[in-house]
Amino acid sequence: MMKKASILMIIGPLFLLGLYMFPLWNIMLGAPQYPEPLGMNIHIDGIQGVSEFDIQNIDGLNHYIGMRHLPKPEDMWEFSTFPLVIGGMVALGVLIGLLGFFGKVSYKWFLGWFVLMSVLGVLGMYDFNAWMVDYGTNLDPNAIMKLTNPDGSPMSYKPPLFGHAKMLNFDVTSLPHTGGYLMFVGMMLTVVAFFVGKKASQAIN
Amino acid sequence: MKKIKYSMLTLLGLALVFASCGDQGKSSSNGALSSSAAEKVYVAPGEQDDYYAFLSGGYSGNLTVYGLPSGRMFKEIPVFSQFPTSGYGYSEETKPMLNTSFGFVPWDDSHHPDISQTSGELDGRWIFINGNNTPRIARISLTSFETEEIIEVPNSAGNHSSSFITENTEYVVAGTRFAVPVPQRDMSIKEYKGNFKGALSFISVNPEDGRMDLKFQLLMPGFNYDLSHPGRGKSHGWFFFTTYNTEEANSLLEVNASQNDKDFIAAINWKKIEEYVNNGGGTKMPANYAHNVYDEHTHTATSTMKKEVLTVDPTQVPGAVYFLPTPKSPHGCDVDPTGQYIVGNGKLSADLTVHSFDKMLAAIEGEKFDGEAYGIPILKFEDVLAGQVKSGGLGPLHTEFDDKGNAYTTFFISSEVVKWKVGTWEVIDRKPTYYSVGHLMIPGGNSRKPFGKYVVAMNKITKDRYLPTGPEMEHSAQLYDISGEKMELLYDFPTHGEPHYAAGCPAELLAPKSQKIYRLDENKHPYAALGTNDTRVERKGNEVHVYMSMIRSHFTPDNIEGVKVGDKVYFHITNHEQDFDVPHGFAMIGQNTSELLIMPGQTKTSVWEPKTPGVWPFYCTDFCSALHQEMQGYVRVSPANSNIELSWSLGD
Repeated sequence: MMKKASILMIIGPLFLLGLYMFPLWNIMLGAPQYPEPLGMNIHIDGIQGVSEFDIQNIDGLNHYIGMRHLPKPEDMWEFSTFPLVIGGMVALGVLIGLLGFFGKVSYKWFLGWFVLMSVLGVLGMYDFNAWMVDYGTNLDPNAIMKLTNPDGSPMSYKPPLFGHAKMLNFDVTSLPHTGGYLMFVGMMLTVVAFFVGKKASQAIN
Repeated sequence: MKKIKYSMLTLLGLALVFASCGDQGKSSSNGALSSSAAEKVYVAPGEQDDYYAFLSGGYSGNLTVYGLPSGRMFKEIPVFSQFPTSGYGYSEETKPMLNTSFGFVPWDDSHHPDISQTSGELDGRWIFINGNNTPRIARISLTSFETEEIIEVPNSAGNHSSSFITENTEYVVAGTRFAVPVPQRDMSIKEYKGNFKGALSFISVNPEDGRMDLKFQLLMPGFNYDLSHPGRGKSHGWFFFTTYNTEEANSLLEVNASQNDKDFIAAINWKKIEEYVNNGGGTKMPANYAHNVYDEHTHTATSTMKKEVLTVDPTQVPGAVYFLPTPKSPHGCDVDPTGQYIVGNGKLSADLTVHSFDKMLAAIEGEKFDGEAYGIPILKFEDVLAGQVKSGGLGPLHTEFDDKGNAYTTFFISSEVVKWKVGTWEVIDRKPTYYSVGHLMIPGGNSRKPFGKYVVAMNKITKDRYLPTGPEMEHSAQLYDISGEKMELLYDFPTHGEPHYAAGCPAELLAPKSQKIYRLDENKHPYAALGTNDTRVERKGNEVHVYMSMIRSHFTPDNIEGVKVGDKVYFHITNHEQDFDVPHGFAMIGQNTSELLIMPGQTKTSVWEPKTPGVWPFYCTDFCSALHQEMQGYVRVSPANSNIELSWSLGD
């Protein structure tokens, strides 16, 4: 049983490798004049357009409201750090799984990895949200269109972290993408590994 | 039980609708019928049509794109005529497209579009169309929906029996309506008979890029070659042309060219002639004709004058050309989807003459000739005749086919479309047109695979069909549903210019590949400013070249100084957008040319010769964005002797 749990613990972190291929997150922007919505896929190493020229076109629209250009990979430390963190966590998770397989560590390490990964994930989301707040509110004072809320405060263009929001003429939808779902599945596997391992140790005791 | 209740309610609702229709029914003659017709042509907001239809513009010189069944016009594609809407024929890049051996010809009379085919079926790569007046053939891309190439046809005049393609688009064929001296020379018009020639031109089409090349010209007797169609299936390799004026009259043709009881359909075995010229046959003749090619990457056309044409004397290629006697000055020459039947529409008679390809081959085999004309064997009428359609109509012009073995013929004089059965020649149905119909079009109706859902009848006379607009009106077209045994008139819509023939195809053949933008990274225009860093102004003597870019919502640069009276200013403008349907325009006050409409990723050039010192504005002519009105700029023009240096800027 502990072997089975360890195998799950080896496989789970490997799902995170999907983040190198698939986007973590996706934001779509639809509007009356964009029946085919513009979209951006957020990868761990940068932002890409859903269609080839979407980034250029989003930047083109954003310049009216004074938003900065969307960051290139070299513009944000996150895009060089995240791949290393993910790689490190995959390696660590697989190592814990292997050690568990050969009985060198207990199943509690599996949960430890999950908690660490969760903390990192929450930090990542916090960072992502902070960037969006900055990006959506820290606007060019000479912007072409300076819009205000009914209470007179400047309008913010921060996209939603999760779900849908109406921003001017755009419907903005922000959801996890394939890489994000794979990460979720991988992390859940490590939780399963923990419980299977726990059951195994209880059976032995 | 609940379901039944609901459907009862629906029925009740419908009954109410019909009842209320009945109340108003007095004003419209056939309420119920026209409401079902309305449903058949109604394309709801946001929905799209099932078919593309490409209607020739006739004297507009262009080609218009419609949707069926809605009859909505989507685009006018400039082909042979200057088009100020986009700057076609006005911009420096497109002026060469309208170059000919006669110089710049800003107009033509476009007649017969034909979509490229593979194995006799529409393949949707290109559409070809002829210019009738100054003989030319154009090729239009069905990806960009823009004219890509125009080739002039030498030794030809009234390029009417054109531009029809063979079943693998090996050739686009162009026949002359006027017989003319070949080569042209100063001679008495009265010496026409026996001296003038009728050139039939076979223009090869490169299967890779569609590029056209005049492969050979068959110099036929001096008849008038009216219309033509390719053989298909079993008759692939042959081409058929109707003729009139076999009398070779040179004046008052309406009488003098209508004396012979029968004229001819010329049957040309082009494969045999192709083989002859591939083996070194034919005579090279000096010529002078323009070949204009538009390059999608440089966004620029070039015009090359060609100096030679390969001519073929039909009597030198035995077995290649025959005449099929056909009554009463036949106009349309149409071949059924199997390639077996060749229909001659004798425009001065009530009947259609249908020839059999098999019988024609047998008659040729048996050498049963009824004399010859200028050395070309004439087959016996009875030997090649498959049947006659006794229509009861008057003035048959053109025939198209459906996919169920039926043919549809227009009758100009009796103003109707007649449906008849291929093989039995019996008339099945007839419906009036409004008025005096010329061509008709069934999508794919001139291929091996017609789509027999609709026929469009294109009329020559409009009169009272629409709200009056003074003496000059657009022509009318009618749409009929031909999916049943009887034709049903569905809709009536005005068309632009004077559509002659048309071509149509299912929407799914073209819609998915329709181009959205031109890629900036593929723009090879020598004067393009691909990035804002490339924008600048350069002087070369009295020429000033402005390398300008445009993006929502500004020009770069938008302030220019140092231009002088007497300068020739070239605005080379590149649209930096890479977003679908975001063109920008350019117009300069007092400029003696049209505006430019520049698609995303495209570069176009406009010339301005300022005559008066001052500060002259320019602006974007396309409402491109919320700040379109702000998309504007100034050029300062100083006197000729001024020493103000060139300078340019944006946003300072």
